[in-house]
Amino acid sequence: MITELGHFALILAFLTALVQMIVPLVGAHMRWPGWMAVAEPAASAQFLLTAGSFAALVYAFVTSDFSLAVVTSNSHSAKPLLYKITGTWGNHEGSMLLWVLILTLFGAMAAWFGGGLPPSLRARVLAVQSSVAAAFFAFILFTSNPFDRLAVPPFDGQDLNPLLQDPGLAFHPPFLYLGYVGLSICFSFAVAALIEGRVDAAWGRWVRPWTLASWGFLTIGIGLGSWWAYYELGWGGFWFWDPVENASFMPWLFAAALLHSAIVVEKREALKAWTILLAILAFGFSLIGTFIVRSGLLTSVHAFANDPERGVFILAILVVFTGGALTLFAARAGVMQARGVFGVVSREGALVANNILLAVSSFVVFVGTMWPLVAEMFLDRKLSVGAPFFNLAFTPFMLVLGLILPVGAMLSWKRGRAGRTLRALAPAFGLALALAALVWAIQTGRSILGPVGVFLGAWLVAGAATDLWSKTGRGGSLARLGRLPRADWGKAVAHGGLGVTMLGIAGLLAWESEDIRVAQIGERFTVGSFELELADVRQVQGPNYLSTMGEIVVRQDGAEIVTLHPEKRNYPVAQMPTTEAAIDYRFLRDLYVVIGDAQEGGGWVVRTYIKPLANWIWAGCLLMAFGAGLSLSDRRFRVAAGARKAPGTAVPAE
Amino acid sequence: MRGLRSSALAGVLAAALAAPAGAVQPDEMLDDPALEERAREISEGLRCLVCQNESIDESNAPLARDLRILVRDRLVEGDSDEEVVDFIVARYGEFVLLQPTTGGWNWLLWAAGPLMLLVAGGVGAVYLRGRARGEDGAAALSAEEEARLRELLRDR
Repeated sequence: MITELGHFALILAFLTALVQMIVPLVGAHMRWPGWMAVAEPAASAQFLLTAGSFAALVYAFVTSDFSLAVVTSNSHSAKPLLYKITGTWGNHEGSMLLWVLILTLFGAMAAWFGGGLPPSLRARVLAVQSSVAAAFFAFILFTSNPFDRLAVPPFDGQDLNPLLQDPGLAFHPPFLYLGYVGLSICFSFAVAALIEGRVDAAWGRWVRPWTLASWGFLTIGIGLGSWWAYYELGWGGFWFWDPVENASFMPWLFAAALLHSAIVVEKREALKAWTILLAILAFGFSLIGTFIVRSGLLTSVHAFANDPERGVFILAILVVFTGGALTLFAARAGVMQARGVFGVVSREGALVANNILLAVSSFVVFVGTMWPLVAEMFLDRKLSVGAPFFNLAFTPFMLVLGLILPVGAMLSWKRGRAGRTLRALAPAFGLALALAALVWAIQTGRSILGPVGVFLGAWLVAGAATDLWSKTGRGGSLARLGRLPRADWGKAVAHGGLGVTMLGIAGLLAWESEDIRVAQIGERFTVGSFELELADVRQVQGPNYLSTMGEIVVRQDGAEIVTLHPEKRNYPVAQMPTTEAAIDYRFLRDLYVVIGDAQEGGGWVVRTYIKPLANWIWAGCLLMAFGAGLSLSDRRFRVAAGARKAPGTAVPAE
Repeated sequence: MRGLRSSALAGVLAAALAAPAGAVQPDEMLDDPALEERAREISEGLRCLVCQNESIDESNAPLARDLRILVRDRLVEGDSDEEVVDFIVARYGEFVLLQPTTGGWNWLLWAAGPLMLLVAGGVGAVYLRGRARGEDGAAALSAEEEARLRELLRDR
């Protein structure tokens, strides 16, 4: 019964989306207020209906309703409750429903918080947003319906992939979707502005909070996924340049570029056409990501159902929306005259450099991801483009970006004075250089990666601090520092976070050490400065798995510091083993222990890794997302977004 | 396997993926640390053919193990790093190389980033210079505004 209601709500939501897609658009064109006003309640209704439908599916998972095909293939009655709930989006159909739920949530929020927008713009934004939603509703209902029933329900389900039965992964998709799908609002704003034919400072101000939020969520989502890979996959890799990872990384890069170019639109009324294009591309790449994941076009470990019909459907959505928006852009971009005038050396100039680096680096990721396909189709070569390529081709852009970031962030608007900015940053630069030299001197081995990472990390963090301090005026004080706008703090925290992440990545890659051996029970062995003892290995029964659990006592300088319990689990229903590494997290390093197979001659394989600065990678991600949150909570957005509706500064672009 | 890492979807690893227990086993490792290190480095660049986007160093598929042992055998025989890689490529094709060669049209793949940077940098520079030149004031007024200005001046 509840299932039927959920199914019905989904169909109603689809119909609402169709209405909301057409009526407000016509209304905006004909200047009929009544028709335009349809958008708002329709957006709320669409969201509520989708939420109801989603709740029905969650209910089916929680109660283990095996008459639903999707529950049978992805759940099991013995699964812990948390994973019954998160299992809702651990499969293609359910995750698509989550996707549209978030899509309609953003549409509804645009309706609720969009009171300050001119009515015609608001109607158009909501109509465009709804057209995207309608396409995905159709996709779900016609190709991937989560409410499909089984004629003969089985007694129990086939269980969720055990790798997904993990808290880190449980919350990875929702955050990722909040980011991916959040970019749809920027897309809708861009298309609406193109239809409207005007882009001004106010438009930049409206779009920026959405971009900030999406980018922040995307950062958390990618960070969670990477952290999960780190602790779950058994050897501590955190980024693999897998096609599907790249699919989430490209929108992140574009969103970062959009975030920065929208500032120029807001403050200087320049870069308008480019910003519109970025908004289209950012969401376009989200769609490409969806296509890559759902079509099985590229071989990836994320392989979802490799269903050509679904792939073609999403390809059609991709072509219609991205192609349509780009065509509209080509026709209308000419009317968007830039107004601001600024020198080459200026904040605007630096932001252009930022955009070039981010967009080109994203292009590199795109070409690398698609190249195997191109090579196979046109060159008749089967080849791989793996991590070594991306490390070589992508990293230089990030190095340059890190190098110029603190300078660009401090240049003044309109006409910057390079000499003055560089003088202000000299202490930060000196500090970073000194730290890098110190590290170079004390590190063992001759890797250049470590010192470079330390330099960039320190340079970014110290540069962000210098930027903040400089805003307090001559002879700044701590009190003034506290009164700075939150946007300034957000900027500094996010830039510092990027530095922390860069430092973490470089430190981990440069100084990681590894030990693989067969250890007997009771045997002590030394790894780095640690002494490990395999005290015991025993069998443990979990709720829906069997575990082989090791007990490893770790001593340093004779003192016992921690006892670790690495596990090897076997999930009988899914017939899949997993490895649960045991990690001793510390500020400067992780000690990462994995237990392997029992050996014929007695003893167990034990892998031990010392991973310096590993936590810094994700701490940096959190800082970046926190910075976005701080900026988002700035008074300017809370108060001014509505107050700016008097279009004093808004000049028609025509 | 490193499934679903960062992105999307927690989807679902479709087919049966093997267990993610580290790859290199103690019994495979060579006694000579220098040789072993070379073996590790080579393995990291070779793709496991039955896995998705994983190097043989990371994979614990049986085929990856065979390849790891093969690499070590060749090294013990005295092959250079290039000879080992060439040997594997000759058997399994260039698909095993995680870092694509620069041969044939692949130069385009490698040059794509730098070329795009040149184009974007060029466009950016032209744009910035255009913005900077606008500062002389005259260009900052649209034709319409100039007409209006002339009109105002005439009224005086």
